[in-house]
Amino acid sequence: MEKHFISIWFFIGSLLTVYGVLILGTGIYELLGHSSPVVVLSRLHLNIWWGAGILLLGLVYVIGCWPKGRSNA
Amino acid sequence: MPAAMFLLGSTSTSLMSLKPVDLTIIILYFVLVLGLGLYLRRFTSTGEEFFMAGRQMTAWIAGLSFISANLGSLEMMGYAAATYQYGILIAHAYWIAAIPAILFLALVMLPFYYICKTHSVPGYLHLRYGEGARSVSAISFAVMTILMSGINMYSMAIIMKVILGWNIHVSIWVSSLTVAVYVMAGGLLSAIFNEVLQFFLIWIGCLVIPIAGLIETGGWNGMVQRIQHNFPGQDFIHMWSTTGSFAGNPMGVHWTGIVFGWGLAISFGYWTTDFLVVQRVMAAKDLRSAKLGAVIGASFKMLVPLIVILPGLLALAVLPFKLVPESQGGPGIHTYNEALPLMLARYCGPGLLGLGVTALVAGFMSGMAGNVSAFATVWTYDIYKPLIRKGATDSHYVSMGRWCSLLGVFVSIGTAYLVMNFSSIIVYAQAVFVFFIVPMFGTVILGMLWKRTTPAAGFWGLLVGILVSLGLWLWVKFDPGALKYVAFSDQAKDMAENIYRAMWTLIANVVVTVVISLVTKPKPEHELEGLVYGMTEIPPEGQFPIFKRPITWAAAVAVAFVALNILFW
Repeated sequence: MEKHFISIWFFIGSLLTVYGVLILGTGIYELLGHSSPVVVLSRLHLNIWWGAGILLLGLVYVIGCWPKGRSNA
Repeated sequence: MPAAMFLLGSTSTSLMSLKPVDLTIIILYFVLVLGLGLYLRRFTSTGEEFFMAGRQMTAWIAGLSFISANLGSLEMMGYAAATYQYGILIAHAYWIAAIPAILFLALVMLPFYYICKTHSVPGYLHLRYGEGARSVSAISFAVMTILMSGINMYSMAIIMKVILGWNIHVSIWVSSLTVAVYVMAGGLLSAIFNEVLQFFLIWIGCLVIPIAGLIETGGWNGMVQRIQHNFPGQDFIHMWSTTGSFAGNPMGVHWTGIVFGWGLAISFGYWTTDFLVVQRVMAAKDLRSAKLGAVIGASFKMLVPLIVILPGLLALAVLPFKLVPESQGGPGIHTYNEALPLMLARYCGPGLLGLGVTALVAGFMSGMAGNVSAFATVWTYDIYKPLIRKGATDSHYVSMGRWCSLLGVFVSIGTAYLVMNFSSIIVYAQAVFVFFIVPMFGTVILGMLWKRTTPAAGFWGLLVGILVSLGLWLWVKFDPGALKYVAFSDQAKDMAENIYRAMWTLIANVVVTVVISLVTKPKPEHELEGLVYGMTEIPPEGQFPIFKRPITWAAAVAVAFVALNILFW
């Protein structure tokens, strides 16, 4: 009998979603004036843009690959 | 290529400090991979499931896993370091030394691996040549794979110590035991899942460096101007135009060496016969998915210079100090090996830094998992089953696979501690590893394409190729003056020497195999069905629209490959 497992894309999406929330949250925290280590281009607040991008990508995979039925790889 | 060579001997204090959010990101990664391994255990009860992931991977999963098995953190950091040293010439490792070979694997060789339903490349040699060739290749592969796993483990622990100040023993044991748990539980399936996860982490963790770097330098032209200002008179940004002479480029290599040594011998050896990578596409659900998987892998391989070569070039442009060779490193002095971590620390604040470090840790762990899962398969199917215990039950071999995964991890840990005391082992092992796979290519491809190749020729060609490789290496080791014969130039650097040695090895292998084939008795034709071109009926891929056919995408990748080489000529 063929065996099925939850799609790998769902696991990846879940991890990226959590990472996105953490990085975006850190970026917003810094934007609100809390101190942070000085890095080059810190004025661009890269962690806000990158965190939001990761969060979006993660949500796309989580929603698109939600284990409603059963699927292979 | 022995990228880890560039990572040895770093001695400076830690480069970064992690905040709680960074540590949270790293810990979440460990929790997920452990959970995945335990979850997948229930799906790997038979040999086919444990060793070949049930042969049900889609093209995307197989392709990303195929390319991730080669995208370890040591390779990334090593090649970024090499780019700082040699410039964009290192991009050859991702283009001419990969793309033609991967496309050749996809379109020509995969059908034979797939049709004969072997579990491994040594398994193909058994079917084609008999027990002798299989035993030589399987034992060499098993020893070298586990040795390289230990060396990578040690090198990574050193890097974690240099970058983050982590305790070397904690790094080795925590990461190794995590790998042991999830590979022992889920076998190749677990390794593949983690490789796909690693692929995403490496890209999202490292892509921020070239983007931020190009913003800082004002784009590609701005970066080039800064490099020329920082290093006047040196050419770091051309791939071919400086290779007309040995002295014209920082690597000391001629274009013939790049094409025939790197692009043919080493590249085809690695990408078409190293079981560690080939195993990934052999796990695809059908032949079309396997071919498409390899083509997908090739397309992403072409893009890897964005996150490896470009950061190395950006380091040449923006770092306010010059990096030095490992031998000149010391407190406060940064070495070539630190190019990528320095760039990470330059642009990444809390959160992004944790993501970047997680990408490096994930790259290391999935590389080790790949080594261990390939070792388990070759040990069980090509050494234990034919030589030690024939005719046992399938569940016995699965059990053997699980336990030897654990054993492989512990032997790797032992190797790591051995290397800690005898660091010169690294240089020796990498040289041997690189040149073991080159004669494998000659033996496999002659067996696939020429029905006249005989079992005796397969065995002796492989053995002589390995011995010639070792002999040339020893010759230069004990008589450095031999470099001008082996590499055509006494100015050849280590990488150039490796390239030319590979070329001689392949020539020796092919000549011996052909000559012995002509004087010994070939196998009867009916025994070659499914193994040799002209004797094998390749199954049709089905009626698919043109944009779903592997050949279409292979052609697109080939066009992009040519265009990139012209663009950076």
